[in-house]
Order: sequence, then C-alpha cells, then structure tokens
Amino acid sequence: MNTKFAVDASTSIPRSSFWRSLPYSKKLAPYILVSPFIISFLIFFAYPVINTVIMSFQEILPGQVKYVGTENYENLTNRQFYRAMYNSAVYTVLTLLVLIPVPLIFAVLLNSKAMRFTNFFRSTLFIPALTSVVVAGTIFRLIFGELPGSLMNEFLSLFNVAPANFKQSAPLAMFIMVILATWRWIGINIIYFLSGLQNIPHELYESAEIDGANAMDKFLKITLPLLKPVTIYVLTISIYGGFAMFTESYMLFAGNNSPKDIGLTIVGYIYKSGIQKNELGFGSAIGITLLGIVLIINVIQLKFFGLFRKED
Amino acid sequence: MRKRLLILLTLVLIAVTVLAGCSNNSGGNAANDKNAPSGDSAKPTKLTLWTFNALHQTFYEAMATQWNETNPDKPITLEATTYPYDDMHNSLLVALQTGTGAPDLADIEISKFANYLKGDPQLAELNDVVEPELSNIVQSRVDIYAKDGKYYGIDFHIGAAVIYYNTELLDQAGVNVDDIKTWADFEEAGKKVLAATGKVMTTLETGDQWSFWPLISQRGSDFLDKDKKVILDNQANIDTLTYLQNLVKQKIAVGAPGGGHHAEEYYGFMNSGESASVFMPFWYMGRFLEYMPDLKGKIAIKPMPAWEEGGFRSAGMGGTGTVVTKQSKSIDLAKQFAAFSKLSAEGNIQIWKQLGFDPIRTDVWDSPELKEANKFSDYFGDNIFDTLNEIKDEINAVNVGELTPAASDVVKSQVMNRALVDLEDPAKVLKDAADSIK
Repeated sequence: MNTKFAVDASTSIPRSSFWRSLPYSKKLAPYILVSPFIISFLIFFAYPVINTVIMSFQEILPGQVKYVGTENYENLTNRQFYRAMYNSAVYTVLTLLVLIPVPLIFAVLLNSKAMRFTNFFRSTLFIPALTSVVVAGTIFRLIFGELPGSLMNEFLSLFNVAPANFKQSAPLAMFIMVILATWRWIGINIIYFLSGLQNIPHELYESAEIDGANAMDKFLKITLPLLKPVTIYVLTISIYGGFAMFTESYMLFAGNNSPKDIGLTIVGYIYKSGIQKNELGFGSAIGITLLGIVLIINVIQLKFFGLFRKED
Repeated sequence: MRKRLLILLTLVLIAVTVLAGCSNNSGGNAANDKNAPSGDSAKPTKLTLWTFNALHQTFYEAMATQWNETNPDKPITLEATTYPYDDMHNSLLVALQTGTGAPDLADIEISKFANYLKGDPQLAELNDVVEPELSNIVQSRVDIYAKDGKYYGIDFHIGAAVIYYNTELLDQAGVNVDDIKTWADFEEAGKKVLAATGKVMTTLETGDQWSFWPLISQRGSDFLDKDKKVILDNQANIDTLTYLQNLVKQKIAVGAPGGGHHAEEYYGFMNSGESASVFMPFWYMGRFLEYMPDLKGKIAIKPMPAWEEGGFRSAGMGGTGTVVTKQSKSIDLAKQFAAFSKLSAEGNIQIWKQLGFDPIRTDVWDSPELKEANKFSDYFGDNIFDTLNEIKDEINAVNVGELTPAASDVVKSQVMNRALVDLEDPAKVLKDAADSIK
C-alpha cells in the first residue's frame, strides 16, 4: 500500500518534489544507494579487465597497435614464465601452511582466560601489519645480507653456523619471503580468527564440560568446526594474496632482479614484461592467465569446502 | 542554523579543493625563480625535465642559469625533478605510450633506451643540433641512441672502462701496476696478491653486466652484432666468460658481495681493503668518493689490461641519453638547451667539474679547466686525464638494438650467476641465454 502511494506521489507532483521524494522511493532508492559501488566497479574493475583481455591479443607500441592473434599466449611457454609460476605456487603453499595454523593457535591462546597480558600480545602481533612493505622489505634485505656482519649471520655464528648467502640460493630466498610474509600477515589473520572465536556461544563449551570433555576435545570438536567459515575466508584471501605477491620480492631483490629469477613472482613477471620491457600486450596475456589460474584454484577450493552447498 | 553552517563549510571545502587544483603549480615556479633572468627582456619559457640522478638535476639547473646569462633573448625556467631509476623510466614510458603527461626533456639510461625506440619513437629527432658537432665528439656516443639515421639522445660521457687498483695491497704483494699489460698478466698478479696478502685480486659482478660487457667489447665482440642480431654465445664471449670463471676457481676473484659493484655490502668490502682492484667505467669514480672514503690516495686509475699486447685497453660502457619528447610545446628551445648542456664546450667542462664524467667532446680534454684541482683529483691524483688520453682511440662502439634490454636482463639475471656462482659450463650458459632472447 505504501509503495503504491509513493509511486503515485512521484508521478503526479511537480519536478521539485520529485527530487525531494526520490530518496523515499522504494523502487529507486536501492539503485541510488548502490550506484557508487556499481559505477566504481564498472570504471575501475570491469573496464580494465575487459581492456586487458583485448590488449592480450595485441602488440602495443606507440602509434602502432595491431592484433597479433594468440601470439602473446604462445610466447608464455618460456622458462621465465614457468619459473615465476613455480615460485608463486610454492610461496602460496608455504604461506598457507604457516599462516593458517599458527594464527589459529595464537588466536585460541589470546582468547583463553588463562592467558595473561593478552592486550599487549594482541597489539604487538598486529603492529607489523601497519608497516609499509617497502620499509619492511628493505630492512629484511639488510638483515639477511650476505656478509658475515649482517644481523642474521651474526646470529647464526652464535651457533657456529657458517655465514649463509641468503639471496643467492633458491630455498633460502623463498625462506626469507615466507618469513617476511609471516611476520607481516600473522596479526591480520589472528584478528580474523579472534573475531570468529568470539562468535562461538559460550554455552557450548559449558555443556561440553558437563559431559566431561577435556580441553583438546573442546578445541577439536567445537572450536575448529565452528571456525570453518572464517577459515574458508582466510584461505581464499591467502591464496589470492600468495599469487598476487610482488612488493616483497621487488624490495628484497632491489628492483625485481633476482639471480636466476629465484625471487621472480608471477606479478613480478607482469611488471617486468609490461612495464620494464614495454610489452604491454604480453604483460596483459600473463595477467589474464594469472586471473584464470587463481579463479580455478579458488573455485575448486570453495567447492571442496562446500561453500556453494545450501545450508541445511 | 546548524544545517546551513554545514552546507557553507562543505561549499568552502569544495571551493578550496577546486581552486587548489587551478593554481597550476605556482609554488613550483616560485621555487625555480633563481633560474629566471633578472632583466625583464623576455618572458621565460618553462621547460620540465625528468632525471633519475640528483646530481644530474643539479647540473641541469646550473646549466639553465648559464643559459639565461648567455641567451637573455630566450630565457627559460627549468623545472627539473629527480625520480627513482625504475619509477622514472616506467612513468616516462607510460606517458609516451599514452600521449600525455611527458616532460619536455628527460634522461634515459642506455640499457632502457631501446624500449623508447620501439614503434614510432615519441622522441624528437636531434639531427639538427647533433650533426654540426659530430667532428668534435666521440660519435659512437650518439650512434647508440640512433634509429634509422635519426639521433634521439645525447650522452653525458664516454664511459671509458678503466681499472681502479688498490696500490696499498699491490705494493704489499710486490706488484707494479704498470707491469700489468694483458689479462694474462692480471691473472699472474692476482696469484701473487693472493699468496702475499690472502686477499682477492678483484671482484666480479654476479648480478650485473659491468664485469662482462667491457671485456667482450675490448675484443670486438658484443651482445648484438652490427645488424642487431644476437651473438651472445659467440666464441669470444665464451672465452671471456671462461677466463672470468677460471679467476673464481683459482680464488683470484670472488663474486662481488651483494651481487654487484653498487651494493651496500660491496662498498663496505672494498672500502676495508679486501680486494686489490675493480674494473668499472670511468663514471664509477663518484662512488669511491661517496661510499669508499678510506681508500682516498690509495687508488690508481689505469687502462684496462688488453687481451693481447697492443689490443684495445678500454670500452665505452653505460650512458644516459638526454632526449626531447614530441609532447613538448617548445621542442626547438628544448633541443637548443639540451645541446647547450651536453654538446657545447662549456657544458662538457661542467660535466667533468660537477659530475666527474669523461665528457664526449674530446677537444675539451686538454683544456686548462680539466686540469684544475677538484674533489676528484684530491682523491685519485692529478693524472686522471692522462689515462683517458692514452685510451681514447681504443674504444669500440657498442651495438644497441631492440634486443639490448632483453640481452642485458638475461646477462644480469642468468649468465653471470650461473657461470660465476654455480660454475656451470660457460658455453652452455651463454647458449641458453642467447636462445631465450632470440
């Protein structure tokens, strides 16, 4: 009934009151309210994505743009691209292995009543997330310097371990990148898990206690299953974050130049091809390939965890 | 009442934002007024310039002041900005690609230059200012910035490759630097240094190209041949890389700490007297002054060892081409200013005085201004230009083509590391590298 009234009002009343009644129109108001998002999505996301798809079939040089068919995609079968894919995949898997269980355990500890100084730990664990990757990357580069005097080598020498050349060896370089990611992202993931934990009703634990459950049972049978939605979310953004990693490796290897490409990530390769070598078409092809890969992985993972299943 | 106040405040805010946008960098102009002429003869033209080296910016600003003194009829206001190396090259590339936002003048480093010549170059051709000076300058230093007979850039320097010996270490080992004539002598001297002091003879870049490119250029080889075809895996290059690998195997040389001669780790290593020499282009002098103060008075600048007696003892390495973009509104004036800064005799003298580069005009090398004491002669002694005069005719031109950025990239990231750190077979390493860019 109200709807009818509003529509009638807006058609019959002169123009000035049309604008006045607009925010109260049940038909139009929702569109107006979501329009900022829709417009910014179209301009800053949909348009670039579509344009990238077009560009990936072109050779783009100043004044000479031409279609080259699938040549850019055929050029993807090269050693550098495989190396970049391999690095990004290994990095993503390693960060998942570290950045999901560890923050989960920390969050449970920080949420427990037995823990002391929880506020202190919460803030100190979160502070790294506020630092700039550029600053953090530079400092990590110096910490893991190759001379015997660098901080990490000094530390190793306390245990009589010979100085290591961190940035020349592939496993050690990957190790530094994962350490940097852990240091930086652990606080964020703790926050996600903490908010998930605080949504678990306390009564569940109480009744479990009455039934004689010990701490381990409660963690495995109550905490973990009820944290599943948060875990899926963290997993999804971590997969995306892992494949999108660029700044860390760019800073650690002072400008995307790692020996034998041990630190080259897939986004680093886009940057190298598209911007540093002025092959925007080829860069776009890599970008579209990356989009496809991440999409497939995320869909498989979400299906595997049953996110698309209807809730009972 | 309150609502009205809110609206008023909002309006004021919008107005301030909009007006701030309209002010059109008046602040920037004011800051650069020192370049403007004092007389009110003509209205100065604003020229913008991008560079990646703060020292270059200071140089251009000084040249703008000189320009206004000598050309009161067409004064300029130079607005020069220094960006980080990669940022500047990337922004300029995007600006030229999109057709908007580029400055009037810019500095482009040689290993990036080919990127800007792809397609229809968006740079103004400089033939009318370069051609009259060709007989006075080292021609190869403008040829490297040319495409289809058109010159697009002017270099700062020759970039003559020289070798910097730590005389203190060599004296301890009983080696006289003037006896080192060939690379074979260099290897022998290295053995003596190692035996006497336990220190290495030299360091080699494992993540950069300056330990390899000058050496192959000395024997007439290159990454690309005259027709810009890849010759990275030819026999001369394999022999050169094998020679370097042998130095490492004998522990006469080590990979430079930090991967190159521009790393913080390397500066500390060299400064504390851990290495008896380093071969780098002439422009590396400035790094000694800035980062290796403890070596003052201990460094001798000498020609590179040759591959055989009488062979070439240097190579022209590196470079920065100053370009004028087609987007400039006053292309002619920008060209004249670029020529004044980098082709004129007074410009070339300032290039030495302020930047310590070996200027491209050979006729100024004997001028009294270059003999004057300055911070470089304080550090290295007075005979810097004697070395340069000795080798000025022993420099091969390098071939720069569209594949140069790719070749340089693969040398930096693959070749040097695999050959000198992993000690893989040089022939195979170079073959792989050449195949990957062909």
